[in-house]
Amino acid sequence: MPYFKMTRLALKWAVRKPVTTRYPFEPRIAIPGSRGLLEFAKETCVYCNVCAKKCPTGAIVVQRAQKRWTIDRLLCISCGYCVEVCPKKSLSLSTAHGAPSVTKDREYHGT
Amino acid sequence: MSIEQPFETIPVEALRARAQALRDEGWRLVQIGATRLPDQLELTYSFDRENRLANLRLALPGDEPKVPSISSIFWCAFVYENELHDLFNLHVSDLAVDYRGHFYQTAVKFPFGSTKPPAAKPATPQPAAAKA
Amino acid sequence: MARTVIPFGPQHPVLPEPIHLDLVVEDERVIEARPSIGFIHRGLEKLVEKKDFVEFTYLAERICGICSFIHGQTYCQGVEGIMKIAVPPRALYLRTIWGELSRLHSHLLWLGLMADAVGFENLFMHSWRVREKVLNIIEATTGGRVIFGSCKVGGVRRDIGPEAAEGMLADLEIIERDIRDITGIFLNDRSVKDRLCGVGVLSRKDAYDLGCVGPTLRASGVAQDMRQLGYAAFKDLPVQPVTRTEGDSFARCAVRCEELFQSIDLIRQALAKIPAGDIAVKVTGNPNGEHVERTEQPRGEVFYQIKANGTKHLQRFRVRTPTFANLPALVKVLQGCELADVPVLVLTIDPCISCTER
Repeated sequence: MPYFKMTRLALKWAVRKPVTTRYPFEPRIAIPGSRGLLEFAKETCVYCNVCAKKCPTGAIVVQRAQKRWTIDRLLCISCGYCVEVCPKKSLSLSTAHGAPSVTKDREYHGT
Repeated sequence: MSIEQPFETIPVEALRARAQALRDEGWRLVQIGATRLPDQLELTYSFDRENRLANLRLALPGDEPKVPSISSIFWCAFVYENELHDLFNLHVSDLAVDYRGHFYQTAVKFPFGSTKPPAAKPATPQPAAAKA
Repeated sequence: MARTVIPFGPQHPVLPEPIHLDLVVEDERVIEARPSIGFIHRGLEKLVEKKDFVEFTYLAERICGICSFIHGQTYCQGVEGIMKIAVPPRALYLRTIWGELSRLHSHLLWLGLMADAVGFENLFMHSWRVREKVLNIIEATTGGRVIFGSCKVGGVRRDIGPEAAEGMLADLEIIERDIRDITGIFLNDRSVKDRLCGVGVLSRKDAYDLGCVGPTLRASGVAQDMRQLGYAAFKDLPVQPVTRTEGDSFARCAVRCEELFQSIDLIRQALAKIPAGDIAVKVTGNPNGEHVERTEQPRGEVFYQIKANGTKHLQRFRVRTPTFANLPALVKVLQGCELADVPVLVLTIDPCISCTER
């Protein structure tokens, strides 16, 4: 009957378990390759400033003289442009999500 | 991308005649766009028929750009012409549906530049004068 | 009979994005509708003066969330047209695959919103459940769910390896089965048909003259689809536009349902025919010239006019999005309808107001 086309679908899903992940009781399974938090490896960085120049939002600021690499996490859009251009491969994108924060801080790495 | 993209420059007076001719041949309006160059306002009217594109280019002097409306030929042009008025301060005469500046609500009037200072805001918003 | 003016929007539970309509109503029948936009105007076209043309890809993608990839692709195609860059064929196929995945995502989202507008919440949730599977494929191949970030001037940034392609084909089987279930309900269920059939009829002549694009135009019988222009890999994958003749909201819904199957078919063909090779070419120098680019977004034809004068900033970036072209049709279709049909009619042209206002 034309009114009950939905019945089959509704009954099927009434007995199945839900599709949503019951986070935080079930762990979040990140999809590999997903673009999340930017990770910085201080050991290999030479403070060449290319990542800061290419960053479209200006989230990365590098102070060459003081050997300091800073990032504003809230401005980063996880585009991956800095990862592509870094000559020493010190940057990579992990699949983690950024932590929530109530202030706009810069994260400092270096001296 | 289109196979060929002719850009034809025409004077303002020839606009309505060309638009009527294109309408009679079965073309339809795709868009009306404007570019603010340092000394002039350049309008582009694009028409489409069977996936082929034809563009008309008009160059208007920068300080008091005026253009006749083609909304009596192509009714749908009123959205583009109202938007151009609200963003570029282009004066379009004889609009079929005239919003008198209230189509595109922005905090700053004429955000894409205007060589004249913006006119004083009306006290109450006027209802649109619609002539079908 | 007295006339009242009812303001509809910009905040309304049924609208996906803010648009304001002043409805002149006489006893529950709408006489006239006056749209007014500008609530989400971000001035993206003026930002060309600040960002150089390579970085601007990120901005072009962020004009809209749902049609994001095809905006980025059209921008890149426009700049490549000015600079006469030949993109490698593998990149063209990859762009096509992502473009069709984007179309799947958009139409499934629209189907959910339409079910929500007619009050069918269960169907809305099911449509979005299937959309989640499409988003998982997109996240696995590009890294982002909605903003793909995979197009760049000169090619694409990421590749789809053979195992990823196998996984995609397996997922598409399940998605196609689910879509068949859902579209079966949309097209046959009596309660959906009562709300959509005969509502908002747009005749063929009106649809053509008012400058409609996309499924709104194709549901009135005009077979025009910008993918026939043969950009990206569409010269090797011919597309037959899906049309209906009735021109009412049901026909627009049916056109989008059939386009879902067409997109899945195109993705399968593209994955079968994709050539090996590079995914990008290096871009040097600055663009100089003017180019007009038109592609088929899920909502219709998008028109990009890009003008460059030899510096690294573009001179003009003009976007005319499909919803802007469908606005006159919305005004026309709302004249004479019932007040309860207004949400259905606003959704039936698939409004994407953040595209419209850039």
